[in-house]
Amino acid sequence: MSTTVQARTSAQDAPERRQVRPAGEGRIGPRAHLRHIGALVRRNVLQLKQDPQSMVDALLMPIVFALLFVYVFGGAISGKDNRDAYVNYVVPGLMAMMGLSIAMAVGVGVNEDFKKGVMDRFRSMPISRSSVLIAKIVVEIGRMAVAMVILLGMGFLLGMEVRTSVLELLAAMGLSLLFGASLMWIFILLGLTVQSPQAVQGMAMLVLLPLQFGSSIFAPTNTMPDWLRTFTEYNPLSNLADAARALVNGGELASSVWWTLGWAVAITVVTAPLAVGRFRRKT
Amino acid sequence: MAAMTPHDKNPGGRSPAVAVRGLVKHFGATRALDGVDLEVREGTVLGVLGPNGAGKTTLVRCLSTLLVPDAGTAVVAGYDVVRQPRQLRRTIGLTGQYASVDEKLSGWENLYMIGRLLDLPRPAARRRADEMLEHFSLTDAARRPVTQYSGGMRRRLDLAASMIGRPSVLYLDEPTTGLDPRTRNEVWDEIRRMVAEGMTVLLTTQYMEEAEQLADELTVIDRGKVIANGGVNELKARVGGRTLRIRPSDPARLPEMARAVRESGLDGIAGAAADPEKGVLQVPILADVQLTAVVGLLASHGFGIADIGTHLPSLDEVFLAITGEKATASGAFAEEAVA
Repeated sequence: MSTTVQARTSAQDAPERRQVRPAGEGRIGPRAHLRHIGALVRRNVLQLKQDPQSMVDALLMPIVFALLFVYVFGGAISGKDNRDAYVNYVVPGLMAMMGLSIAMAVGVGVNEDFKKGVMDRFRSMPISRSSVLIAKIVVEIGRMAVAMVILLGMGFLLGMEVRTSVLELLAAMGLSLLFGASLMWIFILLGLTVQSPQAVQGMAMLVLLPLQFGSSIFAPTNTMPDWLRTFTEYNPLSNLADAARALVNGGELASSVWWTLGWAVAITVVTAPLAVGRFRRKT
Repeated sequence: MAAMTPHDKNPGGRSPAVAVRGLVKHFGATRALDGVDLEVREGTVLGVLGPNGAGKTTLVRCLSTLLVPDAGTAVVAGYDVVRQPRQLRRTIGLTGQYASVDEKLSGWENLYMIGRLLDLPRPAARRRADEMLEHFSLTDAARRPVTQYSGGMRRRLDLAASMIGRPSVLYLDEPTTGLDPRTRNEVWDEIRRMVAEGMTVLLTTQYMEEAEQLADELTVIDRGKVIANGGVNELKARVGGRTLRIRPSDPARLPEMARAVRESGLDGIAGAAADPEKGVLQVPILADVQLTAVVGLLASHGFGIADIGTHLPSLDEVFLAITGEKATASGAFAEEAVA
């Protein structure tokens, strides 16, 4: 835009030319922002390609968990002949768990990224700083979707049946992805706060384990002691698991779906600005 | 795009491309920068020389908007680093001490990504990536991940990445630290080429030799403060420049040789000292002319020379010379300084 300005000026009036530059110049428009996110998404996808290990985790984890829970606990929880019923119980629940584990990996990734010189380059370039985080989240949601498709495939192999319709199955996936995306902001914040990737992992596990197992993901809550049942009822992961189950198996779903959406929005609204702010300030 | 005009040269050289006044940056109780003033004229190379922890990297980080200074002003290419960071980022290139490229990506993908982030359309970004790889002799390694690159290749890629946006001011933060001598020369050659194209460069280094090879002017900093600045030759003259070391064929004639040089009255030769322990004659010189003159003198007197070499003052010696000079000015150590 100011090409003409520069072309006209000669060497002698260089100082004036500098003062002429408008104050708003350098602002990043929405289209440029999208372009930057696109370039960074490409970067993150190429990183995955270069490091197949990270994709194997996402691919194998759902298979291993589905097999493990159905065959180890299925008979004990639902009775030896009712294993199929447990498949329909646990697989939608595992969708909720998948989101949690991948969200944790995002925190570790952000922490590692920050240790590298390339982050200095991004920060010294004329791009919006949030685009680095948004690109990461876009790619990780993709990874989550792949993991969920594999989990569902495994579930069908083990005898799961959709008792509602494909639409509701897709809705269950969408809800899990949305909730998983909101969790990513928590872990990004954690990843930007603590020192090492190991510390991210350690702290995340401390929070994750009680949330995962103190929920309705793996087993119905009716045999739990009262205090634990109260905890599980307020646990957002229970809400998500119940909502996904109701969407796949039919049944009352309004309240659990609303609770899940509410949690996802609340978590994002609180942690996303904190994470972006932290990212901006971080040196 | 306009800000990326490559050779935004000001032939008059009057207005500085980088102007820093009283820059201060604290980290807790330590003052990493304690009131730094410096200037880089357009189209020239300023060498910022200092030991580890002198504040060189903090300075570069402030000037590239990665850190916000606590006090003072810095204007780069007409933009204030604190008030106009977005505009400033369009006109600068940064090559850090550690290669700031994505190691998991290939060289080409790194450069293409940076082109896209700098708003080049896809075909232009592709072309620019090819061009830069060619320019920095990395075409053969274009598709290999950077993890497989050698140290020198990484630095070259890093330089290429800094050049994608045709910056008008380039920061090089210790560009050759940790490189072997051959690779270091390669990187120097690249830097010289960029300077020849009209780039303004602020270069930080720990090595006197690097500063002498690349810089037009020098600023010496220590503990966040500028302790000396001036032209390279000017500063060299102050610290004594190079030292000529001559090993006579006959060690017994060392004292005789020293006397001959001292009494020769050659222009620019202040003295000569015999170092019997090392078996060499040491003569401080300012330029090549004196080297030739000394050798000529020794030849005409019939001294045999077994070995000859020059030695640049190390950073330690530069510091010693500068701080010693200050002491001399205050009169405290005048005699030691003479001795």
